[in-house]
Amino acid sequence: MNFALDLWTLIAVAAGAVFFLAGTTGLLRFPDTFTRLHALTKADNLGLGLVMLGLLPQVDSVVAGLKLLCIWLLVLLSGATASQLIARHTRQSESG
Amino acid sequence: MINLLNIGLAALIVGLACWTIVARQPFAAVVGFIAYGLLLTLVWVQLYGIDVALTEAAIGGGLTGALLIGAAARLRGTDAAAAAERPGAPARWLAAGVSAAVTGALAIGVLSLPDPAPTLAHAVAANITSTGVGNPITAVLLSFRAMDTLLEAIVLLFALIGVWSLTPDHFWGGRPGLPQQADSNGILAFAARLLPPIGIVAGIYIFWVGADHPGGKFQGATILASMWLLTMMAGLTDAPPISRTWLRVWLVAGPLVFISIGFVGVVTAGAFLGYPDGLAKPLIVVIELALLPSLAVILGLLLSGPPQRKAQP
Repeated sequence: MNFALDLWTLIAVAAGAVFFLAGTTGLLRFPDTFTRLHALTKADNLGLGLVMLGLLPQVDSVVAGLKLLCIWLLVLLSGATASQLIARHTRQSESG
Repeated sequence: MINLLNIGLAALIVGLACWTIVARQPFAAVVGFIAYGLLLTLVWVQLYGIDVALTEAAIGGGLTGALLIGAAARLRGTDAAAAAERPGAPARWLAAGVSAAVTGALAIGVLSLPDPAPTLAHAVAANITSTGVGNPITAVLLSFRAMDTLLEAIVLLFALIGVWSLTPDHFWGGRPGLPQQADSNGILAFAARLLPPIGIVAGIYIFWVGADHPGGKFQGATILASMWLLTMMAGLTDAPPISRTWLRVWLVAGPLVFISIGFVGVVTAGAFLGYPDGLAKPLIVVIELALLPSLAVILGLLLSGPPQRKAQP
């Protein structure tokens, strides 16, 4: 059972790291602000989500697991808000 | 493995610090500085200095970063002029030399410390029971070295008075900053409605656990102040005119309570800021409770800047 949980942690965290790598590559390589934002939010949403899911079996208590979940949701909220603001600003300055 | 991580972290920080120094654009340098602050937070976590890490994240990275972004935005108009009067090679080499010399002197100082380094940690551990708090950092900040904390709070108040003193005469007593014209149905207003309930709970939680675990009034107050600033930026609330009496009462209440308890200590415990036996913990809680709102209001107004419009628009 422990082995299965450890294996799950390894796979999920590694998959999360892949999303972070892909997101960073996209941030550096994509041509304009909108596609860069698109790449960046994948790292936040999926990358961090997978890391969080992978770490869940390793926590000692339910409260610690809930804290992890809260961190992910807060990062989702801040990432979504910030990229909306950046995208809106870019569109206004391009059209204006 | 952990060593490899630490070496990588250290290399990243030094690299980012260099990049921040050589960045030409003020805004880019500020962004580098904020990222640097967040990486420094990780270093403090690695050194088991969770209290310092929280403070670094809240004040070093977050609050100072926000102040610097404001400064960079204000300096945008002078960018061209500043670039035109680029100092000559001798001046730049002199600046680089002096900075390198300071860094070198600091490095020599740190590296020549005896091993183990001199520490008062044992004295703190031996005497912490007399304070009644469980977090040694809180015991140091509010009992053994309470004077430093008192001066810190007062310095912040002075900084705010310094910012206010930049007010043009005809706006004196008015509202800080420019009016915000955010879309009341926009994403920022949405975040400003959703986030403050969570942020206020988190801020008060961090303040409250400070007695026994990492946390405290400074970190808590920074979170509360940032929630206030968020609602102001989204246009949901407006900055209060600085002439309001209640505002000024909030500003001085914390330091005043701290000083009064200090003077009571002269009579009851025989020393300024001394706590009588058995009363240390309740008095520390009273001081922290009084400082929390004062610090939150001071930090919020510090970031709002000097008044730039009349109290009644």
